[in-house]
Amino acid sequence: MDINFTPEEEAFRQEVRSFLKEKLPREMSDKVLNHKHLTKDDLVNWQKILYEKGWAAPGWPKKHGGPGWTPVQKSIFEEETARAGAPPLLPFGLAMVAPVIMNFGSEEQKERFLPPILSADAWWCQGYSEPGAGSDLASLKTRAEREGDHYIVNGQKTWTTLGQHADWIFCLVRTNQEVKKQEGISFLLIDMNTPGISVRPIQLLDGGHEVNEVFFDNVKVPAENLVGEENKGWTYAKFLLGHERSGIAGIGRGKMELTRLKEIASKEQKNGRPLIDDPSFRARIARIEMDLDALEMTDLRVTAAVQQGQAPGPEASMLKIKGTEIRQEIYHRVREAVGPYALPFQPEALDGQTDDAVAPDYALSAAPTYFNNRKLTIFGGSNEIQKNIVAKMILGL
Amino acid sequence: MDFSLTDEQRMLQDTVERLVQDQYGFEQRRGYMQEKGGFSRDMWNQIAELGLLGVPFPEEIGGFGGGAIETMLVMEAFGKGLVLEPYVASVVTSGQLIADAGSDAQKEAILEPLVGGELVLAFAHGEPDSRYSNTQVATRAERSGAGYTITGHKAVVLHGDSADKFVISARTSGDTMDADGLSLFLVDADAKGVSIQGYPTIDGLHAAEVKLNGVQVSEDALIGQEGKAADLIELTQDRGAMAVCAEAVGAMGVACDLTLDYLKQRKQFGMPIGAFQSVQHRMVEMRMELEQARSATLKAAAKLDSGDPVERRRAVSIAKHQVGIGGRFVSEQSIQLHGGIGMTEEYYLAHFAKRIAMIDNQFGDADAHLDRFSAQMDVPKTA
Repeated sequence: MDINFTPEEEAFRQEVRSFLKEKLPREMSDKVLNHKHLTKDDLVNWQKILYEKGWAAPGWPKKHGGPGWTPVQKSIFEEETARAGAPPLLPFGLAMVAPVIMNFGSEEQKERFLPPILSADAWWCQGYSEPGAGSDLASLKTRAEREGDHYIVNGQKTWTTLGQHADWIFCLVRTNQEVKKQEGISFLLIDMNTPGISVRPIQLLDGGHEVNEVFFDNVKVPAENLVGEENKGWTYAKFLLGHERSGIAGIGRGKMELTRLKEIASKEQKNGRPLIDDPSFRARIARIEMDLDALEMTDLRVTAAVQQGQAPGPEASMLKIKGTEIRQEIYHRVREAVGPYALPFQPEALDGQTDDAVAPDYALSAAPTYFNNRKLTIFGGSNEIQKNIVAKMILGL
Repeated sequence: MDFSLTDEQRMLQDTVERLVQDQYGFEQRRGYMQEKGGFSRDMWNQIAELGLLGVPFPEEIGGFGGGAIETMLVMEAFGKGLVLEPYVASVVTSGQLIADAGSDAQKEAILEPLVGGELVLAFAHGEPDSRYSNTQVATRAERSGAGYTITGHKAVVLHGDSADKFVISARTSGDTMDADGLSLFLVDADAKGVSIQGYPTIDGLHAAEVKLNGVQVSEDALIGQEGKAADLIELTQDRGAMAVCAEAVGAMGVACDLTLDYLKQRKQFGMPIGAFQSVQHRMVEMRMELEQARSATLKAAAKLDSGDPVERRRAVSIAKHQVGIGGRFVSEQSIQLHGGIGMTEEYYLAHFAKRIAMIDNQFGDADAHLDRFSAQMDVPKTA
């Protein structure tokens, strides 16, 4: 029993740190650390920087151009990049569609789709949720009908994150209406430039635009873009749930945000003293740090089990629940810390487009960040769905 | 990073778990409770024969040479049976304190009989007004002739009614609230001027009010340096805290298992109550608290072994806080999900629920550890 990292793992951590010090552009980390809006270029450029180093796809095996890291190395990389304020690696291509193509796609699909995902030359988005299919995803209605060499797709997807930038969308579509709902679903790759696709932005409660509705009106998709077998799409979607869930606890991001909360609470005043010296506020911060520390150990226990060849499986659901609850608590405390200056709404200041900001960036971003991150307990399987998964898969209820 | 146990650790764990499984059934435990001091001398001797009383001591004196991880394994297994014997009082706190700071003569006189089970120690530190403070001590030890005269009142001394000797904290200088001026002494339970009022605790253990009225001890009763015991007291309390955290993890595991079984068996409205989603989610939350408690306790044990006091305080406080909050949740919800049967003395769930909850009242509750953690929390420098 040894809870410390091995010397090799510590050396790897140093390597990641030196790399970040040298290659992570300051203007990017400033945006991340201050919760300013990242542009498409920021996200693409950061992935290209990692691509040069061979680190763009932490979860990929070597044969597809990944670094072939162990679960512990991946965990270290995720923590260090998050703490340094690196932009996130978007999961849709790298961590979602790519593993499905690797495991179930044809050789042609692997050759065609994987390299541009790795090099950030193709931007992917996810076509899962529909207006009538959220937690009950298998009830989705978007249909694809086979006509010769093509499928004709009609329907609507929603909550499509950053779909406004996307070159491709991977979709769950209904190809058989006659069978049990899970058994008539297929996994289709669709070029976003195909005629008949339209994207409509959904403005969120923080004023931002990160999700969209995507409409399909007689969209003609080549049959060769079907992944695996027709009507087996649900199996592939479930495979994703059991795959690549490392980092789901968001430990690195949590640590970064906690440090930021402490910095803000050191700058803000209460009764003429730094807020962080106020015993009740300080205790709230301490409580978060304690919870995060315990969760980090739980995360490491799961990571070590994965390293030894056990499947992460439903334990990851617990990590998601706790990790997102902790993050939301941090964002709430930041909003509390900045006091009345949480109220002014100047989104243009967060895009760096105005000189008349009435408060520091950390104050102006506090409430939008807090509201935006209500999403954490909703997306990726709501926390209620995660509890259903644990109840069924671990507890046998 | 490696969370797997060594072969020795696995053997130790198997030994204790088998003992608990074979000889610590609910009815057996009830029998042990009726014996003098609220535990079984036969069981204590068996624990000694298995070598468990020597787990944290060096091999030269018949010990196992283990560290805090080994103590954690023993205590977690004990928690699965709600073991009553004075392991924390005698071995984890007092015994290790003597091994760390005792004179050669003290070690020789104490440790071998302790490891053999013939001698029981208790750690008498807390006082009626001191709550969970490590340093608030009103008991005084005045120099007198070739020794000391000790006067004071030690409160809720775990297994104080079974101890042959006490390790007692007393002030040799300064005021009640000072960190300086604390000393530790070995005092015989039958020394003149010692009065002991033993009683059962609500979770099935025993404790005592120990009053010292002008108790005379010789110079060689002093443990370690005079006036410099604060760090040793804190370390000892931290060891106790980690040990009861591990006990809580064992007990919380049983409470969760019992509750889960019940959810699958108990039928209402024509179906198992575990089919109801509100009940399922509560059960999931209980399991999450258990896993968090297990993680935090593991880290506390590792940091006790690391010898770094800052890291140790941090990790022990995280664990004891987590066990305080999460333990309360598991305790209360295991009763709630059992309904009326969870309230009864005759069903064993309630006994686990009681012990898990009451662990918060020993070695610092969740708030006490939140305060300690908060006071020494790292704060980044801001310009």
